[in-house]
Amino acid sequence: METLEKVLTPEEQFQARIDADIRIEPKDWMPDAYRKTLIRQISQHAHSELVGMLPEGNWITRAPSLKRKSILLAKVQDEAGHGLYLYSAAETLGTTRDQMLADLHSGKAKYSSIFNYPTLSWADMGCVGWLVDGAAILNQVPLCRTSYGPYARAMVRVCKEESFHQRQGFEIMQTLCEGAPEQKAMAQEALNRWWWPTLMMFGPKDEDSPNTAQSMNWRIKRFTNDELRQKFVDMMVPQAEFLGLTVPDEKVKWNEERQAYDFGEVNWDEFWSVVKGNGLCNHERLQARVQAHEEGAWVREAANAHAAKRAAREAVAA
Amino acid sequence: MNQSEWPLWEVFIRSKQGLDHKHVGSLHAADATMAVQNARDVYTRRLEGVSIWVVESKHIHASNPDDADAFFDPAADKVYRHPTFYEVPDSIKHM
Repeated sequence: METLEKVLTPEEQFQARIDADIRIEPKDWMPDAYRKTLIRQISQHAHSELVGMLPEGNWITRAPSLKRKSILLAKVQDEAGHGLYLYSAAETLGTTRDQMLADLHSGKAKYSSIFNYPTLSWADMGCVGWLVDGAAILNQVPLCRTSYGPYARAMVRVCKEESFHQRQGFEIMQTLCEGAPEQKAMAQEALNRWWWPTLMMFGPKDEDSPNTAQSMNWRIKRFTNDELRQKFVDMMVPQAEFLGLTVPDEKVKWNEERQAYDFGEVNWDEFWSVVKGNGLCNHERLQARVQAHEEGAWVREAANAHAAKRAAREAVAA
Repeated sequence: MNQSEWPLWEVFIRSKQGLDHKHVGSLHAADATMAVQNARDVYTRRLEGVSIWVVESKHIHASNPDDADAFFDPAADKVYRHPTFYEVPDSIKHM
């Protein structure tokens, strides 16, 4: 046994641990590419939580009741929390919070393109919870078993909290669909706008996703983009039917043979255009983030000054 | 870039009275008071805790994972430390 182990390179030993489903922890040896890929993936995920607060924050002051307002506040606060869990997980890989935020603010780092679409009506709050968080959950549940320990543990917490997000979104949609014809029309109109962008959340088609194979091999991804997209459609079409809404895709049809829904082709030109920064809200989102960060600078400095002053006072007293 | 990043703290939470504090993650804060308050907001929004410890991360010393095999090896061959090592006659009760 011992001689066999000695023959294995560090990479091979690492892969053997992954294959045996043994989690990798921060101080363990890992290939540089694994570390880099994870830093990119986890920080993008954290950025998405942070930017994801903006489209919903837009509706906090205009929520239709105190109950809805309290729920929306709690949801947005959760998203800040999810961002923090994830930034912490990324920091265990050797990057810093300042570096990650600088990359977000300079436009170097990406976040989920879905947040570059505007939230125009109250029904959009329903769609964001029901569809967008529904898609996020499909992405995130498998990540609870991802190979990097701190990431997997953060995802367990995120997933526990995320299901309330989806349910409150569905409840908003259901309330609108059971309401006046105008309310139902509002729900349908929002679904029409959000359906395709949500399908894009799973990323490019498998054949256009060259990193998928390596990520699956490292178990930092456990299903392909197309597999997750199919799962999502299979999950959501019956829910839309329950609401009495129509998914804006004429090609959606149950395929008895595949035991899954057939559906139309995503507009990939739109997808790449939004990724490259030309979505409706790319500029506005980034500007809001940078502004919040800059306007908070004095708070961070004041807290540091306060901490230093208190430490000095305690040193004198001691 | 902001060069005054707040220090990193590790957070430990007692989920209920009678259980031990368990590591849940980390966060940044200017001082211990702020770290405890932030830990409450970040890690106990759904009553996950009744008590919080925070320790500045730089104060934690850890064993080296590269030495784990040799480091923990001395415990591997001492089966007699476990009760199942000993055979007790069937007729003996309460042992």
